[in-house]
Amino acid sequence: MAAIEILGLEKTYSVGFWRKRPKCALRSLHLNVEEGEIFGFLGPNGAGKTTTLKLLMGLVFPTGGSARILGKEINDPRMKAEIGFLPEQPYFYDYLTANELLEYYAQLSGVAAPERQHKVRYVLGRLGLQDAAAVQLRKFSKGMLQRVGIAQAILHEPKVVFFDEPMSGLDPMGRREVRDLMEELKRQGRTVFFSTHILSDAESLCDRVAIIHKGELQGVGAVADLTSSVEGKVEIVWHGSAIPPSVKGLTAECHAIGDTVRAVVREANQDAAIDILRREGLRIISVTPVRVSLEEYFVRKLKICEIAAGISS
Amino acid sequence: MKPSARITAIFTLVLLVCLMLSCFILRHLDSLRSQATLEEVLYIPSPKVVKRLSLGYDGLLADVYWTRAVQYFGTKHHLDSQDYRLLAPLLEITTTLDPHLIVAYEFGASFLAPPPPNGAALAQRAVQLVEYGISNNPDEWRLYYNLGFIYYMELKDYAKAADAFARGSKVPNAHPALRIMAAQMAQHAGELQMARMMWTTTYQSTQDPNVRANAITHLRALQVDEDVTALENLISDYRQKTGQFPSSFADLQALGMLRAVPVDPFGNPYKLAPAGRVEVGEPDDFPFITKGTPPGYVPRPFKFRASDLGTSWR
Amino acid sequence: MSARVVHIAANTFREAVRDRVLYNLIAFALLMSAAAVLVGQISIGIERLVVVNLGLTAVSLFGVVIAVIIGISLVSKEIEKRTLYTVLSRPVYRWEFIVGKFFGLAGTLVVNTLFMAIGVFAALLYVGHGFQSGDGWIVVAFYFIILQFIVMTALALLFSSFSSPLLSAVFAFSLFVIGSFAEDLRGFAGMAQGLSRWLATAAAYLVPNLSSLNIISSVAHQQPVSTQLIFSNTLYALMYTGMALCGAVLIFERRNLK
Repeated sequence: MAAIEILGLEKTYSVGFWRKRPKCALRSLHLNVEEGEIFGFLGPNGAGKTTTLKLLMGLVFPTGGSARILGKEINDPRMKAEIGFLPEQPYFYDYLTANELLEYYAQLSGVAAPERQHKVRYVLGRLGLQDAAAVQLRKFSKGMLQRVGIAQAILHEPKVVFFDEPMSGLDPMGRREVRDLMEELKRQGRTVFFSTHILSDAESLCDRVAIIHKGELQGVGAVADLTSSVEGKVEIVWHGSAIPPSVKGLTAECHAIGDTVRAVVREANQDAAIDILRREGLRIISVTPVRVSLEEYFVRKLKICEIAAGISS
Repeated sequence: MKPSARITAIFTLVLLVCLMLSCFILRHLDSLRSQATLEEVLYIPSPKVVKRLSLGYDGLLADVYWTRAVQYFGTKHHLDSQDYRLLAPLLEITTTLDPHLIVAYEFGASFLAPPPPNGAALAQRAVQLVEYGISNNPDEWRLYYNLGFIYYMELKDYAKAADAFARGSKVPNAHPALRIMAAQMAQHAGELQMARMMWTTTYQSTQDPNVRANAITHLRALQVDEDVTALENLISDYRQKTGQFPSSFADLQALGMLRAVPVDPFGNPYKLAPAGRVEVGEPDDFPFITKGTPPGYVPRPFKFRASDLGTSWR
Repeated sequence: MSARVVHIAANTFREAVRDRVLYNLIAFALLMSAAAVLVGQISIGIERLVVVNLGLTAVSLFGVVIAVIIGISLVSKEIEKRTLYTVLSRPVYRWEFIVGKFFGLAGTLVVNTLFMAIGVFAALLYVGHGFQSGDGWIVVAFYFIILQFIVMTALALLFSSFSSPLLSAVFAFSLFVIGSFAEDLRGFAGMAQGLSRWLATAAAYLVPNLSSLNIISSVAHQQPVSTQLIFSNTLYALMYTGMALCGAVLIFERRNLK
């Protein structure tokens, strides 16, 4: 059973005071997330990532379509007991201490009274907040608030966890810790669905990703599959500082470093470039395939999308 | 993924039930507290306190108190009450807050002065109220008229009445009746024509429906008194001529003393009573009449007729 | 289910108590009571009257301000600052949220009124050198003031379930002023004709009837209060509060959260 099934979920806002113009935040979205996988939901700002999450959490009502989490409808309270949510830039009750806040959330999530203290303490420790447990939240730094946010999301040991920009506000150490936590959650058999616009995080963590732009799904799949769909590149390094003009025409980038030249060529042109270099009598040092990054895929996909939009508009 | 229909239904139902019950309880509360808000007026040491507390919103508060005064009087009148003790404080507070609310003074003249069940029997206080009005509105002829009215009708002080009318007649745009009344007060005080002139002036000078209804009712009573007196005179003439009382008005018609069956202002025929007396068909129709009531008749406390409150005289 | 309402109420209570706005207003109200003592000494012979009138009026007015301001912030602030998101993503019904918030604030106001009442009674004790038998009715006046707070809180919640904090405050305070003249509004409706009569009557029944909850001047003169009135006022306040809360729930259930 899929952990998350999104079936044509759609959200259109009507904007404006006098004449209401429709603004489409999310076009009909179809997406499935399997149990136990880490799923990345990627897109630039304003793409519809937060809207999707709000729809899934029942904070906003869809104008079309439906979704199921763990096989149950969105507003089913039984389902909500098994999910956790970290909103973007979370903010909590100023006057509570971390302890009190988590206790409160544990109460609302239906954690039995005898277990609450234990779970709260565990989760505070896990996120390195045990020293600040009795401090009022209004004294917390942004990074600490983010960690409290993660704490309340995993406190009740949910099966599916939803994070909206979990790395925001964290320093590199913090980001590392969150990545480790997400992998730990996966090891525990939980499903992690998170949205981000930091592609490098997604690349290393996710089993599968979906890319969304201007409310529309652009691509779904395993990272490797997506990147391999992009035409590969090859890096050729040769001795010397000369760059034959015919080679230059084939390369995307080409620069001399010290007494070597490095050029990146499309895979299709690999043979042609090598021939030219041999003819010129240049000594080739190495020919290495370059791994296409997710960012590359992302930018390319988005550019296509922009062009398409430009043509149609 | 819409909000749960069950929850919507339950809460809508509860809302409607609460709404109905709250309206119901509200009516009950009103009957419990019908006088309570007004009685707080008795706790106010002086109207000036209210003015100070009104924080500058005198006009609005004056309107509130005026509305309360009219409501209070109407309710009491409807219940044939003998007790109008809140009317004076209410009117005094109203006029302290807004000294230019002329209708309040007119109301006081018509309803503070007369005795219950038609008023609060506070003629002197009514005089004070109107004098206060005059000092704040010296060019308002209606106030002088109302002052004279109180002196004439309730206090029977014809000298002071004449004086008030005289003062009023000097005001520009004064009603012409004022001068006439001032001049004739000495000789014709207490006469029917004077009373009729006065009630007519009252009727013409005010916009307040209660005051007008009161005036019409009095005018009708005067008409009845006049008719009954005239008819009884005719009957005694008849007796002198024929040696006995007529058995019906037809007898008078036969002798040419009457042209038609006499009717009262509502169009109902007068009745011929034994011993040469004339009576009205329905005494209850005419509060304030002094003639034409059957012996042993106890006047019932009256309410203004709805048609009087809304219509104009002839 | 009801356990969650209790938890939300308890948390609301805790949050309101720690919010310093509350303390400033309470201090102010207590200051008013102290001022009443001073004023009472100037107007000889009516010290008790002044203390009761001024003290009760201060408690009533400032309590309404507290009720409205905090009531509005309960929902509006939560939506603005998104503290609501993490609550509603849990197995909490939206209606439980509103009802829990309401009870939490109502509890806060009851406790505050208790403190303010103690202040007024202390002032009365000082000025009158002891209590008189008629002073017992002041307790009833405080009870009615609490009922008034509860009605205003429910209204504040109703407005903040769909309106911005500023507008909600404006609406709530306007209804407070109009509701204090509710009896006059009904009187006016009785005298009006035609369309304005219908409109005025509808308004007169929809507006909270706060005028019957205000027995301050009669209690200052030690007039007794009938049990019928106490019973009717309690019932009315409950019904009106129920109405406002149901409205708040129905609106909030449908609201798309920013």
